[in-house]
Amino acid sequence: MTTEKTTEPLWWGLFSAGGVVAAFLVPIHIVLVGFALPLGWISDSGALYRIWWVKLYLFILIVLPLYHWGHRHYFALNHMGLKSMSKLLAVLCYGGAIIGTAVTAWILLKV
Amino acid sequence: MSGTRPDPSRLYRPKMPATWWLRKKSYFLFMLRELSSVFIALFLVVYLVQIYQLTKGPDAYIAFTQKLSSPGWILFHVVVLLFALYHSVTWFQSSAVVLPVRLGDRLVSRQTVTALHIVAWVIISLAVLILFLALRG
Repeated sequence: MTTEKTTEPLWWGLFSAGGVVAAFLVPIHIVLVGFALPLGWISDSGALYRIWWVKLYLFILIVLPLYHWGHRHYFALNHMGLKSMSKLLAVLCYGGAIIGTAVTAWILLKV
Repeated sequence: MSGTRPDPSRLYRPKMPATWWLRKKSYFLFMLRELSSVFIALFLVVYLVQIYQLTKGPDAYIAFTQKLSSPGWILFHVVVLLFALYHSVTWFQSSAVVLPVRLGDRLVSRQTVTALHIVAWVIISLAVLILFLALRG
């Protein structure tokens, strides 16, 4: 058996945490953002996005499911016959999630 | 124990057509579950763009919110919500398998563990809704 250092546990941990966040928290936010606000069931001026702990919550809500996507998408594309370009896919999927993290942090700090 | 990896060129690699997941319903549902993460990520990007509007002022934020009332965006969110619900239910079902719950020496049934996840999910969703209603300006 070869013991090789790998970053796999880190990505799997982020995938798993993202899956939990997506499962428990995302649907209610889709109802709020996609239906309740645009259709005028409730009104909002966006003032709550200036509260620091709301920002922290949103950071977790947005960033973790991005890693969930990255990990799942990487393996799904590999399973769909793109294994030959596995390295490029890893850069695109995990890199996309990392860039998403930076952009999310920047926007939340700017608001 | 140490060893070397076998020469990759000598490994057996079964050939799989790229459409293998269309052959069986269970394979197709597996791919659908993989795809749910794409729609969830897309929704979160739209949400982030909406929050970004606040850097241009509350008017830009409200204008963006109203833009989402077009039929195309409503359809987008219907599709996203269906995928998200599919992710939630399948995630709770697999959690019940991955993390079995024991009470004393008895194993709680998977159905019960999944049902408890759904109860927790409803409570969490209501809490988010109540907080949003309380904090919105």
